[in-house]
Amino acid sequence: MSKPLTTKEERLALFQEWFSDTIPHSKALGLKVIDARRGFASMQLEWREEFVGNPETGVLAGGPLTAMLDGCCGMAVATMLKEPMPFATLDLRIDYAKPATPGKPVIAEAECYRITSSVAFTRAFAHHGDPKDPIAAAAGTFMLGTKGQVTRAQSIGKETKI
Amino acid sequence: MSALLERLAEVRKSGDVGRLAEAIPYARWMKIAPENGTGELLTRMRYHDDLIGNTFLPAIHGGTLGAMLEMTAIFHLLWETETETVPKIVNITVDYLRSARPVDVIARATVTKQGRRMVNVFAEAWQDDRAKPVATANAHFLVKSSDDAPPSL
Repeated sequence: MSKPLTTKEERLALFQEWFSDTIPHSKALGLKVIDARRGFASMQLEWREEFVGNPETGVLAGGPLTAMLDGCCGMAVATMLKEPMPFATLDLRIDYAKPATPGKPVIAEAECYRITSSVAFTRAFAHHGDPKDPIAAAAGTFMLGTKGQVTRAQSIGKETKI
Repeated sequence: MSALLERLAEVRKSGDVGRLAEAIPYARWMKIAPENGTGELLTRMRYHDDLIGNTFLPAIHGGTLGAMLEMTAIFHLLWETETETVPKIVNITVDYLRSARPVDVIARATVTKQGRRMVNVFAEAWQDDRAKPVATANAHFLVKSSDDAPPSL
């Protein structure tokens, strides 16, 4: 076990490493972890030309938002696990409320509001800074105790004692 | 008319449906493109290392499966229906059935219900064995230009 993390900066640096820098697709998207506490996770996605769905408008495709919301919900689940265990997305619903504004970063905020021995339930919003004016809303459920080895990301709840 | 619909008209003449993806930066970046070599419209996400979400298994990131199922539905609506506008996505629900290994993902969409304004589309993604889907999705799209909704493309 690593030494206790005393500051929020240290904690966020660890989340950044395990939830973005060491997950190839999250790293490819350049996801930045901006907040993490027990049951809550927040990430930021910078606007990039290759994320665009419609080159005439510059509006982001749904895909980068889907991947960020999935990752952010997963991170919220990990903060709830006192004992590390492998888990996987069971289903994910995304409601597209309005187009993302071209050029602006998108923030995702996810909450894990209930966890049982088998399933974790999450909700998330994507927005440009005002959660009351969402670009997308998500609901994701996660199956706990799936096959395979525990990843470092999945053990972050224990590691950070968040 | 949008550049994508102009591209669609060109592609219909040439028959090379894969070129539809060239008009979409995200599809190019993700290596997602439609193909109809067997006479059936399929969408393929070519494997590349940036798709990985779990390096231990290893497995493809669930978000990329959702993204490719959404693109599969859009390509299907553009190619197989008489759409006059680029479909606008309203929502999508993705079910994850199996972990996706680091190889290509192939998907097929079908229209469950075609309404005047709203279309319900089902899409299914698999890898080597079509009988063992890795993920499925249901999505709603607005297909009438007058509707005020976010464009999916």
